Amino acid sequence: MLNIQELRVSIDGKEVLKGINLHIPQGETHILFGKNGSGKSTLLMTLMGFERYRVEQGKIMLRGEDITQLPTYERARRGLGIAFQRPPTIRGVKTGDIFRACSGGRVDYQALAAAYDFTPFLDREINHGFSGGEIKRSELLQLLTQDPSLVLLDEPESGVDLENLHVVGEIIGKLLQKDRRREKREKSGLIITHTGFIMDYIDADKAYILNEGRLCCQGHPRELLKDIKRFGYEECARCRR
Amino acid sequence: MSEIRSRAERSATKSATFGGDLDLESFSRQGGAWSYDPEFQQFAPEERQHLLKAGIELTDEEHAGTFLQADARVVHCQANQEGVEVLPIREALAKHEELADHLWRLVAVDADKYTANTELELDNGYFIRALPGARVKAPVESCLYIKTDRFSQHVHNLVIVEEGASLHVITGCTTHPGVRSGLHIGVSEFYVRRGGSLTFTMVHNWAEDIHVRPRTGVLVEEGGTFISNYVLLRPVKSVQMYPTVTLAGDGAVTRLQSIFIAHPGCELDVGGRVVLKAPRTRAEVIARSLSLGGRCVSRGHLVGEVPEVKAHLECRGLILAPHGVIYAVPELEGQAAGVDMSHEAAVGRIAAEEIEYLMARGLDEEEAVSTIVRGFLSVKIEGLPPALEDELDRAIQESGKGL
Repeated sequence: MLNIQELRVSIDGKEVLKGINLHIPQGETHILFGKNGSGKSTLLMTLMGFERYRVEQGKIMLRGEDITQLPTYERARRGLGIAFQRPPTIRGVKTGDIFRACSGGRVDYQALAAAYDFTPFLDREINHGFSGGEIKRSELLQLLTQDPSLVLLDEPESGVDLENLHVVGEIIGKLLQKDRRREKREKSGLIITHTGFIMDYIDADKAYILNEGRLCCQGHPRELLKDIKRFGYEECARCRR
Repeated sequence: MSEIRSRAERSATKSATFGGDLDLESFSRQGGAWSYDPEFQQFAPEERQHLLKAGIELTDEEHAGTFLQADARVVHCQANQEGVEVLPIREALAKHEELADHLWRLVAVDADKYTANTELELDNGYFIRALPGARVKAPVESCLYIKTDRFSQHVHNLVIVEEGASLHVITGCTTHPGVRSGLHIGVSEFYVRRGGSLTFTMVHNWAEDIHVRPRTGVLVEEGGTFISNYVLLRPVKSVQMYPTVTLAGDGAVTRLQSIFIAHPGCELDVGGRVVLKAPRTRAEVIARSLSLGGRCVSRGHLVGEVPEVKAHLECRGLILAPHGVIYAVPELEGQAAGVDMSHEAAVGRIAAEEIEYLMARGLDEEEAVSTIVRGFLSVKIEGLPPALEDELDRAIQESGKGL
């Protein structure tokens, strides 16, 4: 699904990603760990093609197509979807209008919103005065209506209380077709998490640690999280498994 | 000579406080000799199309009344519903002697050369009244139309909403498609009596070399409501207006909303002042300005004279062209303990992260910008004709192009 080769990215002239190689096969979900400032969000933003993130070297391939130079909306139309950690508030723009744009007429976004008790929010300005949990629900439901092939999630559990975490986990499970057998899944995911709470809801296949712009470690998500908790990121970076 | 007339004569060359000064001699006072047109037959399809862009539908149907003045001539005027009076102001003054006392009470005749010359050389204007208790659902449509190039149109309008009555007036001010330059001076005085409600929607659709100087004063009595909507989307040379609403009675309410776009070469100086003179009065002034290269001054002034009043002012501007200028001037003036007044002013550009957010949902850059601009301008205006809604959408789409 996604193939990243030797990716180097700078922000405002400072190199942040220093040669990333990553392969996510169709149907697999990979987890990205790493301390603050390691470059995790930069990687997701670069995959979406945002202007501030300048690709200095390397390639991003989506389903065999080089998308490195494509504008953001072309990537979205080719199946990339992202849930932002801190999305902007856009005054005057109704949440429902964005849902409608995401659905492109293919999905009944109103029914979907109703199923997750989100209907009253459709008439509100996008992200204006939303709580942490409401922002996450909004972001993930937008993705459900967009129906991307590769789902990028930036800390989907941050700022979410335990009650809402269950709903957030359920929507992510649906996005990534976790109700299907592993070999039947078509959707892939790349998820940034600090706590790993979200892993209770998704059957992740592989995890990496990103340290100072380099992927330095990989393994089974739960094993890796256990190591991080036990030894800390510094030790994980040193061991270079 | 009356006192009003002599004050006007003394102010005939007095410059206005705001806006560029105009030489009235450079315009013509010779308008066309347009004849009365009860069936709207003298309007070519192209002209009708143009009028639609100012929200003017040439029909008596679905309107509680209609008034159309071309240059200095009233070409159509009628009331279609009981409880509503619509007359040319000259005729109204002849018919109802007492109306003369309503003129120049809310706007000073010697405010500037524009008010003074309206008194000295009046063309005409409309008189609209909703009689006591009349609930007028369909809007009264009025149109002030410049049909002759370089004409300087002087109108004086009077609207009275009597006790417990309600009325919606939609005014479209525009030019003939062949007219390039001219001046429109519109003095308007509105009285909203006890418990009455007036919604006044004004749509301007001028030509590139037209100067516009509306002068408006509004008085709202106890429990009355005055809602003003102002829409200016198309190029004009200059507009300067600063209506004053006085909330004189307990619990009176007003909301002034304006949406305006400054195209390259445009000078807009638009705002509103509300004087809260009675307890429990409330006011809201909302302005959304967009500069596509022109200059926009967005003013707002709230004066709280007594305790227990509440008012809010919101001026937000977006600059969408490199040399656009938006100058927001929000003013709050509390003259008593216990007033509750606030303001919010913001001038800027569209944040890149907002555009990228929408692009991540599959909208291309142009679609993303128009979605944001449409949201920015989404001030709810009830009762806009569908043709005008479409025009608003078109103007928004065009503003997003080439950014």
